[in-house]
Amino acid sequence: MPDKEKKQGTSISRRSFLKGVGTGTVAATVAPSVLIGGEKAADAQEGDAVASATIQLNINGKPYQVEVEARTTLLTVLRDGIDTSGNNVDLTGAKLICDRGECGGCTVMVDGSLVYACMMLAMDAQDKQITTVEGLADGDDLHPVQEAFIQHDALMCGFCTPGFVVSSAALLSENTKPTLEEIKVGLSGNTCRCGTYPFIFDAVKAASKKM
Amino acid sequence: MASWGEASESRLIGKRIPRLSGRDKVTGKAKYTFDINRPGMLYGRILRSEIAHANVVGVDLSEAEALPGVKAVIQIVEVGNKIRYQGQEIAAVAAETDDIAKDAIRLIHVDLEELPHVVTEADAMAEDAPQIRDDWAGNQSNPNVREEGDLEGGFAQAAVEVEATYHAPVQTHVCLETHGNVAEWEDEQNLTVWASTQGVFGVRNDLAGSFNLPANQVRVITEHMGGGFGSKFGPGVEGRRVAELARITGRPVKLMLTRKAEHLVAGNRPSMTQHVRAGATGDGRLIAYDMKGHGTGGISSGAGFQAPYVYDVPNLRTERVNVAVNVGNQRAMRAPGHPQGAFAMDSLMDELAEKLGMNPLEFRRINDPSEVRQAQYTLGAQEIGWHRRNSVPGAGTGVKKRGMGVGSGQWGGGGGRGTQARVTINSDGTVEAVTGTQDIGTGIRTAIAIIVAEEFGLAPTDIMVTVGDSGPGLPSGGSGGSQTTASVAPVIKTAAAAAKQKLFERIAPQLNAPVGDLRVGNRTIYVVSDRTKTIKWELATGQLGMDSISEGGEWDEELRQGGVAGTQFAEVEVDTEIGEVRVIKIVAVQDCGLAINRLTTESQINGGVIMGLGQALLEERLMDALTGRMLNANLEDYKVPGTFEIPEIKSIVFDTHRKVTGIGEPPCIPTPGAIANAVYNAIGVRVRELPITPDKILTALAEKKA
Repeated sequence: MPDKEKKQGTSISRRSFLKGVGTGTVAATVAPSVLIGGEKAADAQEGDAVASATIQLNINGKPYQVEVEARTTLLTVLRDGIDTSGNNVDLTGAKLICDRGECGGCTVMVDGSLVYACMMLAMDAQDKQITTVEGLADGDDLHPVQEAFIQHDALMCGFCTPGFVVSSAALLSENTKPTLEEIKVGLSGNTCRCGTYPFIFDAVKAASKKM
Repeated sequence: MASWGEASESRLIGKRIPRLSGRDKVTGKAKYTFDINRPGMLYGRILRSEIAHANVVGVDLSEAEALPGVKAVIQIVEVGNKIRYQGQEIAAVAAETDDIAKDAIRLIHVDLEELPHVVTEADAMAEDAPQIRDDWAGNQSNPNVREEGDLEGGFAQAAVEVEATYHAPVQTHVCLETHGNVAEWEDEQNLTVWASTQGVFGVRNDLAGSFNLPANQVRVITEHMGGGFGSKFGPGVEGRRVAELARITGRPVKLMLTRKAEHLVAGNRPSMTQHVRAGATGDGRLIAYDMKGHGTGGISSGAGFQAPYVYDVPNLRTERVNVAVNVGNQRAMRAPGHPQGAFAMDSLMDELAEKLGMNPLEFRRINDPSEVRQAQYTLGAQEIGWHRRNSVPGAGTGVKKRGMGVGSGQWGGGGGRGTQARVTINSDGTVEAVTGTQDIGTGIRTAIAIIVAEEFGLAPTDIMVTVGDSGPGLPSGGSGGSQTTASVAPVIKTAAAAAKQKLFERIAPQLNAPVGDLRVGNRTIYVVSDRTKTIKWELATGQLGMDSISEGGEWDEELRQGGVAGTQFAEVEVDTEIGEVRVIKIVAVQDCGLAINRLTTESQINGGVIMGLGQALLEERLMDALTGRMLNANLEDYKVPGTFEIPEIKSIVFDTHRKVTGIGEPPCIPTPGAIANAVYNAIGVRVRELPITPDKILTALAEKKA
């Protein structure tokens, strides 16, 4: 994988925007063509310093107009994005941890599939339904996975928790009664350093009984 | 005399209580330092050296300064300074976006004159090695020698001897939230910092000193923290520089370390190499122990390890040195010095036991002075099914062979003075508890709520707990040494008791009863001698009006106790064709003193075991001798345990007494030794180097065959 820290010079080609593909089980989806809307982007050339465009993203059922550069990741928009009215998107549940599609800290759902948001360009997330950990609960009613994580103490420092919660919810939506081995496979794209795994497994099992 | 009472009297203490921060953490609402977004906030980044050893010849910031969106660039090293390890800070920038900050650091031009480096201990200790520390001849500290008893006399009594070399490499902490801060100046004299730290007051005092401010004009906030494991004390270079960037720009600045920098400069567990010769008497007494060892803490010192460990040895000599290498400094990592020391000692114990023809558990029973561990051996052996163990190591048939091993550990965790806390009863019946400790993921916030709720007959969720903020001016120590709960709990308990006493004094006349006869439970205050006399909690507190009750607490020696023992049993399965070790089960019997919250205590034990498993089988910082760089400064090549590595873990909260003790660190100690011994029991060849990777297993098996 190219080391982006070491790239020389100021000019940024569109090719260099594409980050390497992760090696975790949950592969990032990178669309073959990059769609850019807006005038500035249409003028973008290979070698231009920075091209930006205003795009619309549908996150947790809500539209957000945000200005992005071609290189801006979905995760950057979720965490640091500012919409065109000047409001922070501020969906900071998804975390940047490894920055290379390895740890699952930034896991979100895009059109129902698990995606590492650090590995997806924001413009590739247009016209899709993005669900973050903030969008899992129904108002005050938590998703069964969220409730089970609390009851089983499936979290310690909690930094990896949003990623695990989203992955667990996706697992149970596909397989309502997973075995322990299936849970391990389903969550193998997520990393925890506090060592919360045993209680995560318990929580997913408990949640599966309520699905 | 204050006491925690009997277990039968406790409604909440010692029970399994979900943590208060759970809802915020599972919904993504919990705000870590990394998640703080302040109006007008800039993003900071640090340019670091890729060269391990060099003289700084020139630094040119001008191109970076000219990049649109860049608001400040500061130089950290001066021309003429020395770079002493990869990752050392050269300059820092603040820019409108993180991407612009990333662009800007690429535009800083640095001239470095490379110097010869050493990044491995072997290179550093070689005869012709370049001297990288002026004060350490041969890159080694003066030997630290300890002698007890009569070593040669001891060996004379020995019926068996073992001589072996054990090694554990450097591990890194791998905090998932990297080190970092958000700094914001209210005006020139008032600084607020959101810090990913294990010690808000330590960071406050350091920054106040750095900027020459009265300490109470710096406020440090750590509402949630994404893992520290001993590496997050003090603001560090990045913390001081982000405050400087915020001061220069007049805007808030966030600066979090990259994953790569986290591996390079944010601390590590030192390595250990020890050459031991030890002897035991024919009746199984460890009688003589001679150890010469070294380790590296990077360019600094601090590479200590425990040797001998846990077991009694009357005659010994130990000699150890620190070795300097051009690599980032060590920091405390979960039970510093213990897991690597325990791995070597428990391996040695098994080797001696085998020479004696003795069951390793029996050999431990003879030499272990801890009564607690003696009881734990019995319980743990039952739980793992020790009788199923191979009596002849490697005796199993087939490609996959199973084995069992045992390891031991000890820790302090008794807490100490230095915590101030306040418990407030408001007229609306709400109760607040405030103290300047921080919840680093261990659940102290919930423990505080449990203690206060127990005192007032309320539910933990009724208590509003504020921690992780220096603003209220109620200091507490850093969360290190497993000291947090034992330091904080006594003060919270006495504060709650004092507040309750004040409330009783207000209410007693109405109930026409002496204060001493009042009790509270089930949201009702009642008279113990006449249960018909009651008043509802809210009715009682409602009479306080504006005059809420707010009481401080006191340190109380009688409420806490240090010194915990732990024992773990491991069962593993080794694939003798591909060399893979799979841990089947770990039984962790952990002395916990009085567990305030049994649920979060079990979480801590699970977590310690899993970190120990990582050290046993996966984790190693790899340095490239030629380039001086770390080869695996990421989460792909530096392996930490994932879902597939997790065995069945039986975490046993071993209740020993009714005094509070911390156990954040000790559960990671016995694991590597227990696993290493189980591997030996499975395949009949010993791997004396961590991590026990497939290549080492296959090499050992091949050597045995040859």
